[in-house]
Amino acid sequence: MNGAAFIVISILTLAAALAAATLRKLMHAALSFAVAFVGIAAFFFLLGAEFVGLALVFIYIGAVAVLIVFTILLTRRDIEKDRGFNWSGVIIAVAVFCGLTWAILKTASLSIVAPHIRALTVKRIGEALMTSYVWPLQCIGLLLTAALIGALVLVMEEKR
Amino acid sequence: MSKSIDQVFPNAKQWLLSWLAGSPSWAIQVVSILTNIFALLAVFLTLFALISVLERKILARIQNRYGPNRVGPFGLFQPIADGIKMLIKEDIVPARADKIVHFLAPVLIAATAILTLGVIPYGRNMTPFTIDGGILFFFAVGSATELAVFMAGWGSNNKFSMLGAMRAIAQMFSYELPLIITVLPVVMVVGSLTPDRIVAAQAEYTFGLVPRWFVFTPWGAAAFILFFVSGLVESNRTPFDVPEGESEIVAGHMTEYSGFKYATFFMAEYIGMFAISGLGVTLFLGGWHAPARVLEIIPSYVWFFVKLSVLLFVYIWVRGTLPRTRIDQIMNVAWKFMLPMAFTCIIAAAVWHYAGRGLRGWLWSLLVIVIVYTALSILLDTRRKFAQRVYRFAE
Repeated sequence: MNGAAFIVISILTLAAALAAATLRKLMHAALSFAVAFVGIAAFFFLLGAEFVGLALVFIYIGAVAVLIVFTILLTRRDIEKDRGFNWSGVIIAVAVFCGLTWAILKTASLSIVAPHIRALTVKRIGEALMTSYVWPLQCIGLLLTAALIGALVLVMEEKR
Repeated sequence: MSKSIDQVFPNAKQWLLSWLAGSPSWAIQVVSILTNIFALLAVFLTLFALISVLERKILARIQNRYGPNRVGPFGLFQPIADGIKMLIKEDIVPARADKIVHFLAPVLIAATAILTLGVIPYGRNMTPFTIDGGILFFFAVGSATELAVFMAGWGSNNKFSMLGAMRAIAQMFSYELPLIITVLPVVMVVGSLTPDRIVAAQAEYTFGLVPRWFVFTPWGAAAFILFFVSGLVESNRTPFDVPEGESEIVAGHMTEYSGFKYATFFMAEYIGMFAISGLGVTLFLGGWHAPARVLEIIPSYVWFFVKLSVLLFVYIWVRGTLPRTRIDQIMNVAWKFMLPMAFTCIIAAAVWHYAGRGLRGWLWSLLVIVIVYTALSILLDTRRKFAQRVYRFAE
């Protein structure tokens, strides 16, 4: 069952990623990008990391995808036009792929048996965040609240 | 006796699955999942049909007219007639529309709406989809609605559609924040993101009389009101229906949809309304628990749907009573009032917890909320600031 699910999700994710890279219309590419994120979230679910999967859906589909789509909508005047083939993108992609492959090949293969770890439940993540990582969490919280209020101040009506 | 009636649906499912006793475990799993999905769809599509006719009836009563009364007894078969009408209508796709996106938008919006229904506990042992971070799942899946609305607006290639989608996304984004932050105090107090645990935490009765629902604490009441208003906005209902304001922008992002696709949008809106009300019931109104110990003989799912119906009635009531607000008013309320109040609820819940969750905590948290509410009212008081409205446009 898990093997079949893995193959289905892999095909979906790779197809969506390929579509995002090759589709002619920019908006279609952005939407396929969102589908690729759904695929990656599904992988996390398959691995039992519910929280990470949910956070991925929440942040990347709910916020980042909408942000990308709006950025395209508000900044590009040629949304409808076909875009030309971008060779520099291919070079970068190939370079990154080669770099990763080189790093993977150079690493000594891990022949040890993976230790049995407890399921990564939301409760455990919460406990870890609230005990060992409470200071980083608080700092990020403060930063995000400041960013939120800052955004509000930026768009507030100027004094008449 | 009452116990077996209470458990009749889980037992029925067990009985159904016992027929498959010999088959491999994945087959049983698939059948079990499909049973849940079918039950969920059957219940909520029926409820959708019912509520669509009831809404028209109640609105008619508020406006002093009869409402639908021709099809069947009391006009109860109206949704069937509506459904047939929608099915046989011509499906028009604009020539310049983005065909794929235009088609996918209603599919995605309906799928996300139905998925969010899955994590709500409808009765004792009656959660269709038990997951650790159920509340997180609800909001994660629900946040995909914005993308669907955008797809509808952009795919239609129509100015009204795009404007409607922009309005919808603007208000949904703004109100998602207070919506999620008002959920936080409940999650904090219970210490769990699982809907079942949240319901279980509201099981007992104070002095054996008043149920320990979170709505009966000051922070809970304030959070519930904020949650309910945000829910109204999220489901694009009156008085916050500017995205589809008929008198301004035809039907917003649904302008270019006809026939069954339009019906799908309509259905998704109602299902979203059921989901958000169901979550409100779970978080603040004690889920499927009875309001008194003697009333526990009535099955738990009945209580859930009674509470849900009350909330839905309030939705309809509000729609029949209030006029539409302006978009800038909606935004102002979201950022200047709802957000600070939502943060206050978190603080009040913490105060309530550390003052011992008793009467003392009750009074202290009330004090916190009253102080912030009064301060906000004084700060935001616009009575003295009447002036000609300044129109601002995006350049």
